Amino acid sequence: MGPFKNRGNKATKAGFGEGLLEAGKRNPDVVAIGADITSSVGVNLFADAFPDRFISLGIAEQNCMGVATGLALEGKIPVFSTYGVFAALRAADQIRVSVCYNNVHVIIGGAHAGVSVGPDGATHQALEDLAIIRVMPNMTVFSPCDATQTRWAVFTAIEKCKGPVYIRFGREAMPDFTNPDEVFCPGKAQLMIPGDDLTICATGHLVWEAIMAAGQLSELGIHARVLNIHTIKPIDSKTIIEAAQETGAIVTAEEHQIIGGLGSAIAEIIVQHNPVPMAFIGMNDRFGESGPPLELMKKFGMSAENIVSESLRLVKEKKEG
Amino acid sequence: MIVSHKQTKDVKYLREIATEIRKSIVQSLTEAGSGHLGGPLGLADVFTALYFSILRHDPSIPQWAGRDRLILSIGHVAPVLYATLAHAGYFPVQELLTLRKLGSRLQGHPGRDHGLPGLELSAGSLGQGLSVGLGMAISARLNHQTHKIYVITGDGELQEGSNWESAMAAAHHRLDNLIAVVDRNGVQIDGRTEDVMQLEPLEEKWKSFGWQVESCDGNNMVQLLEVFEKVQDAQKPTVILAHTRMGKGIKSIEGDYHWHGKVPNADQSVDFLRELSGIPVDMRQA
Ligand SMILES: [Mg+2]
Repeated sequence: MGPFKNRGNKATKAGFGEGLLEAGKRNPDVVAIGADITSSVGVNLFADAFPDRFISLGIAEQNCMGVATGLALEGKIPVFSTYGVFAALRAADQIRVSVCYNNVHVIIGGAHAGVSVGPDGATHQALEDLAIIRVMPNMTVFSPCDATQTRWAVFTAIEKCKGPVYIRFGREAMPDFTNPDEVFCPGKAQLMIPGDDLTICATGHLVWEAIMAAGQLSELGIHARVLNIHTIKPIDSKTIIEAAQETGAIVTAEEHQIIGGLGSAIAEIIVQHNPVPMAFIGMNDRFGESGPPLELMKKFGMSAENIVSESLRLVKEKKEG
Repeated sequence: MIVSHKQTKDVKYLREIATEIRKSIVQSLTEAGSGHLGGPLGLADVFTALYFSILRHDPSIPQWAGRDRLILSIGHVAPVLYATLAHAGYFPVQELLTLRKLGSRLQGHPGRDHGLPGLELSAGSLGQGLSVGLGMAISARLNHQTHKIYVITGDGELQEGSNWESAMAAAHHRLDNLIAVVDRNGVQIDGRTEDVMQLEPLEEKWKSFGWQVESCDGNNMVQLLEVFEKVQDAQKPTVILAHTRMGKGIKSIEGDYHWHGKVPNADQSVDFLRELSGIPVDMRQA
């Protein structure tokens, strides 16, 4: 747990690449598949170190998913990383039938998550991938919060998980603040900051924003609990239900469409077990656009200040009951 | 070394096996009450040639690492795979009558999660099997294994673009251990393939993608054995265009695309089984 210090901005994709390289050194069965954009999705380190275990398949994501399935059926541990928009959407049927129905241990890297992709604009900003991916039976979904945790998520997916795993990560250099020695616990919400006035459940880049927001809220006398939901599926229902019971309000924060993402996943639990007021920080049913990453996050309402204002609103609502 | 399943070159015997497989297809689909009859009947000779003559496999050890892999990409012809696996000894022939029923290991389209021995892949959404076969072929090469990977695709299925992604990649990686068999029966659900979406010139398409291309009469056992023997030493990925007749073995439905997605009723089934058993028409009418 905090206090958290930014050791310097670093892209989560760099964490993905480092984790893959290290896992590749430890296990000769790890192979990587490339769909042309290897250096921008964190696979180039592995490809350079293990050229015989790197399989270039060109710009053909559907084929990549099938090939990954075939490799996994034969005992290899294939890692296929590409932009989340192409991984989760273009190849969605291959993920459903080949990867998930066969329940093979394939690791899918979903890069370029969120509007913080920046200048590339709407086509390349993955904002729907969690909604598509988390609905697939057998799939595990990780959405780590910084480069250090992304590195951990890759090891964990390769060495501890069974079945298919989707790991979501971003492009832009962002604060790197989690403890490098802290073991990644899949399926467990990570308590970042304790507090009892409300809970902020955040994922990916928005975890840092949630931590900043909690700092601002504490200056106003409001103690927000911050949970890092790095595993979207299977989600940590127990911790989330406890948070609802103990804090009475939940703000969710994600760099993803509000429809179908983390907020939806949490609402699915809360409404069944302990309904409390909720607010959803995320993309509000529209496409992104080009611009500087942090300005885009502000423009579309996915920054610390938005978390603060929604938190204040919820706490007020809670008090007025 | 594990001795492979007793394979044979005895064409007469293989034809008899193919007939038994056809009967099982008719029986299992009649019992199921839904499914596809035409495609499985057309492929019975291809499957017989593979499982009873060509493939290295051992039904008593389905997971034997040295086995040749067979991927069925066109999942809707599953009844021919199931019937062949049963007759080869992977599971009791009687189980074929559970096809498509609740709790069966014989799913409408193949599903590995139900634990059917000998089934390599859950599949049925068209255009995916060749990619999976490609992954298996790459793995075999990485592991210095010598087995082959056979992928059975439909012809209508080749309209899915993902097949051509796989075709391009297989040639790029020179995967000489990959053999695709296209069930070139010329029909799909809506009618003739050339009317629905033209596939010809199909040989030239595969050649231009860098594959070795062979053609044969897919209902002629002698030709099938010849072509499968011929491609064993190929230096690149190979495709066999197996020209089959949908509904082969039952004259009244041969080549009729209406039987693509249909099953016989009880009376038709009796007639079909008699015809397959070689009972002359005049005797049937007696
Ligand atoms: Mg056809």
